[in-house]
Amino acid sequence: APLTDTVPPQVVPGADSSSRQLCFAWGPAEVLVCETLFGRAGGSRPRCPSRSPCPARLWGEGGAGAAARALKDSVAGTEDGAPSSSRVFVVRRDQDIYIQTLRKLFNESHGIFMGLQRSEEELAGKSRKAQLVQVSKNYRSVIRACMEDMHQAAVSTRDPALQGQYSTQVSILSAMELIWNLCEILFVEAATAGPLLLRLLDWVRLHVCDVDSMVREVLSSESPSKHKLFWNVVDIFVLQGRMDEARHLLSKEASANPTSMNMYKILDDLMKKMPVPSLSNTQTLTELELKWQHWHEECQRYLQDGTFASNPHMESICKILLGDEDAILEKKELMTTWYHFLVTRLLYSHPTVKPMELRFYAQSSMDLFLGGESSPEPLDLILMAAFEFEMHQVIKECSIVLSNWWFVAHLTDLLDHCKLLQSHNLYFGSNMREFLLLEYASGLFSHHSLWQLGVDYFDHCPEYGRVYLELHIERIPLSTEQKALKVLRICEQRQMHEQVRSVCKIMAMKALRNNRLGSALSWSIRAKDAAFATLISDRFLKDYCERGCFSDLDLIDNLGPSMLLSDRLTFLGKYREFHRLYGEQRFPEAARLLLTLMTAHIAPCSFWMTLLTDALPLLEQKEVIFSAEQTYELMRCLEDLTAGNPDKQKFQDDDIETTKVEMLRLALARNLARVIVKEGTVEGS
Amino acid sequence: AMEDVSAKFVSQKISRTRWRPLPAAALQPPDIFATGSWDNEDNRISIWSAGDLGNAGLNGEYHGEPHLLCDIQHNGDVMDMQFLDQERIVVASSTGTVTIFRHHQNNQTLSANHRWDKAHYHVDQDTSCGGAACTGVVCNNPEIVTVGEDGRINLFRADQKDAVRTLDNADSSTLHAVTFLRTTEILTVNSIGQLKIWDLRHQRNEPSQIFSLAGDRVPLHCVDRHPNQQHIVATGGQDGMLSIWDIRQGTMPVSLLNAHEAEMWEVHFHPSDPDHLFTCSEDGSLWHWDTSTNVSEKPSFLHQGGRSTAYLSHSTINQSVVSAWLSNDPTKDRMEITNLIPNQTLSVNSLDVLGPCLVYGTDAEAIYVNRQLFA
Repeated sequence: APLTDTVPPQVVPGADSSSRQLCFAWGPAEVLVCETLFGRAGGSRPRCPSRSPCPARLWGEGGAGAAARALKDSVAGTEDGAPSSSRVFVVRRDQDIYIQTLRKLFNESHGIFMGLQRSEEELAGKSRKAQLVQVSKNYRSVIRACMEDMHQAAVSTRDPALQGQYSTQVSILSAMELIWNLCEILFVEAATAGPLLLRLLDWVRLHVCDVDSMVREVLSSESPSKHKLFWNVVDIFVLQGRMDEARHLLSKEASANPTSMNMYKILDDLMKKMPVPSLSNTQTLTELELKWQHWHEECQRYLQDGTFASNPHMESICKILLGDEDAILEKKELMTTWYHFLVTRLLYSHPTVKPMELRFYAQSSMDLFLGGESSPEPLDLILMAAFEFEMHQVIKECSIVLSNWWFVAHLTDLLDHCKLLQSHNLYFGSNMREFLLLEYASGLFSHHSLWQLGVDYFDHCPEYGRVYLELHIERIPLSTEQKALKVLRICEQRQMHEQVRSVCKIMAMKALRNNRLGSALSWSIRAKDAAFATLISDRFLKDYCERGCFSDLDLIDNLGPSMLLSDRLTFLGKYREFHRLYGEQRFPEAARLLLTLMTAHIAPCSFWMTLLTDALPLLEQKEVIFSAEQTYELMRCLEDLTAGNPDKQKFQDDDIETTKVEMLRLALARNLARVIVKEGTVEGS
Repeated sequence: AMEDVSAKFVSQKISRTRWRPLPAAALQPPDIFATGSWDNEDNRISIWSAGDLGNAGLNGEYHGEPHLLCDIQHNGDVMDMQFLDQERIVVASSTGTVTIFRHHQNNQTLSANHRWDKAHYHVDQDTSCGGAACTGVVCNNPEIVTVGEDGRINLFRADQKDAVRTLDNADSSTLHAVTFLRTTEILTVNSIGQLKIWDLRHQRNEPSQIFSLAGDRVPLHCVDRHPNQQHIVATGGQDGMLSIWDIRQGTMPVSLLNAHEAEMWEVHFHPSDPDHLFTCSEDGSLWHWDTSTNVSEKPSFLHQGGRSTAYLSHSTINQSVVSAWLSNDPTKDRMEITNLIPNQTLSVNSLDVLGPCLVYGTDAEAIYVNRQLFA
């Protein structure tokens, strides 16, 4: 478990863990930490409950995002409050998520990440490698763009505190890019002996920019060769292997010193002739080593016969060309970092260094450069781990030091696509790639706006992504229908039926609370939630009974096939259809429908009285509408209702109900009389 | 081609993009546009310049990215947005408030000019009365019509404090969008697949006509009317389907065109070249529908510069009027459809077209400007 074994348990900044016991509550995105009223007298309880994985242990001090924020001071007990007040801290897992400028990084890299997941694995060999290197470069260019924005922000702000913050971010981004670039060379591209050195030179040139201003100052001066920093700049060029630029500068100096012309010419010639590895395969390593050996001997000769003895600057350059460690180390200030020293040393003494030999030179270069004066910083250790090809160590150190999960999650994913991490499994969760992606995406989900990005990351975590998504998506506040629709779409696309139901139910409840029955019904239809549709249908029917008219006709008239979702909804739709037929004076059809609603038991029993009352005006029409058979059925319905009701008392107490029943019986009897006469007449004629 | 598109990541999810209308006699292409954000803790209305044409490269290519002129905080999600005139923008908020913002061009600032608080609201049983999201706004200076989740339709005048007219409970489901049909008539679409015409002169709170989708009542999210032939109306639905309606006849769409795989958020006829139509969707695509091409002169499948192009068969009911959108003439019975965003993954929430220019905004917090739509 490379991620968890050395970091000491993180104490939440501001929480008083020395005198109080802390308690924890775990959430999917945040941890609540609370000071309890208990002192630490016992002191035997571990601060971090033995729970694995234990994210708190992953959050190094100022490292991968332990952002604690005191929620509130809740006074517990005493009046003066302060000494005995307990505080609740919200500990979030990813602090950088909340930096506005970095949102560009999260959004743009999301696109690259998705492209990488889509990219074709079947591309073989070189073209696949080229593709992966391109992806890596795209990630880096996003980091650089973000760095520029941040730099711009730092320059343009007047608030010193903010400026400090921005500058810190610039240096963090810059370190991220430095590490990523090295990983790209060593792991993604896996440069071989020869090209490896060229790549490392590019890397140093790109990232050692402390001396750039000195170079600019000298080059832009009227007469560079007269400038007091002239030789410094020449040295910088030589140390970085920028031979053409160094020779160009030297030629200016030479023309100003005709007396030492010869010396200049020899040095220029040596610099010109220096054999360098080529990216093409036209020369073998052995050929290069031979040429290089030859050139090295030539340099050695000129140094020994004192050709440059009269000019200490040129002599030191010649020594550098010979890879003299002391001579190179003398220029420490011009290199600024041990890894620049390493690359310069390799350039002039081991140009055909093999990847696996890097670790020895790296270690000794760091020791020589730091010289015991200072101890290596986290960045040094990360780069060292990279030179040692300890990928897991790189990722582990980055997790601890960097204040975001973005870097490790994306880098690990890329390395995983390079098929470099497959053998490694963690004792918890699935593999490291997935673990880090889950952490990053959980951070995104804890953010007010960035949660949408998190969805795609979870999608690409085969083991636990789905579970995480299910847990997180339910916690997204559904502030508008539009947002609910977006959440719903995410759930529907992934067949997350539970969550679909939950979102629709929340929205239906909201609509119901707002007296928007129509909307409420739409939501429950979308979720195919029969129980809720029944509940809403009952509300409609209750409203109808109270007011004598339907609300939301536009909806009820347009239920279509969704009417079949629940029996009650079917009844609502059909009952409304009865009213429409009646309104359109299509009485026989209306009568037939009304009867069916009861005989087919579509209508709930509690509604039969209303239906029978609705039959009254039909019974009283001039024309006979109900047939004899239909009238008998109506009569049976009425008798079933009155007889079947165990609470007869209720009818007798209620005068209106009794009158209604009496009126219905009368009307039915009269209708029966009329229909017998009519049917008899028709048959007789 | 994609090279003509300039993009900018803006660190806020964009819900609306709108070109500022051009003055009547303008010859220049549009330059200024407004955006609104949603789902941020701090939402904003921003005014952008698409970029100075002076920066154009030697061969006329355009490389500049949009730059911010000014912005102002907005309370709640920006649900919809419409320019009232050259200086004023009407913004619909998820809080139910409708605000007119004024863009002061002399000193590049924005200010709230007028506000109708809780123009849309729920009559809640428990609490007093909560705002309901205002989902759509349309302007015909000085008139402003808004619709909302509360099923309410409001008619405002920019110069009047109170609503000129309010139709309470006009719709029992959520109204998603509104547009003018004629000066006194509006079109609305709702969450049960209905398209309704309302005559604002009539005092009744009922639509003068209802059209609806057959079968499943798929919610409609957006509506636009053909700029010249007012009887042709386009709507977009939750299933990504584009429906073309002839409101002179029938109650069902004339044609249904399958395009997007998720909610279609906006549909716009090109204002001056209505043979072209643009739609965007939750699925991250933006389609250009072109009925102007004479198909017989072109191969039936076309691939240009990475665009995926296909022709869709256009099923229509017999029409007498010659319009590319309603036509059932077999030689014209096809249209060219191009996805302008090949690899997008997050929703394209909004688009606007004016002249040769297209602007759109996404949930991936980026705005895009394409200045050579018809190149």
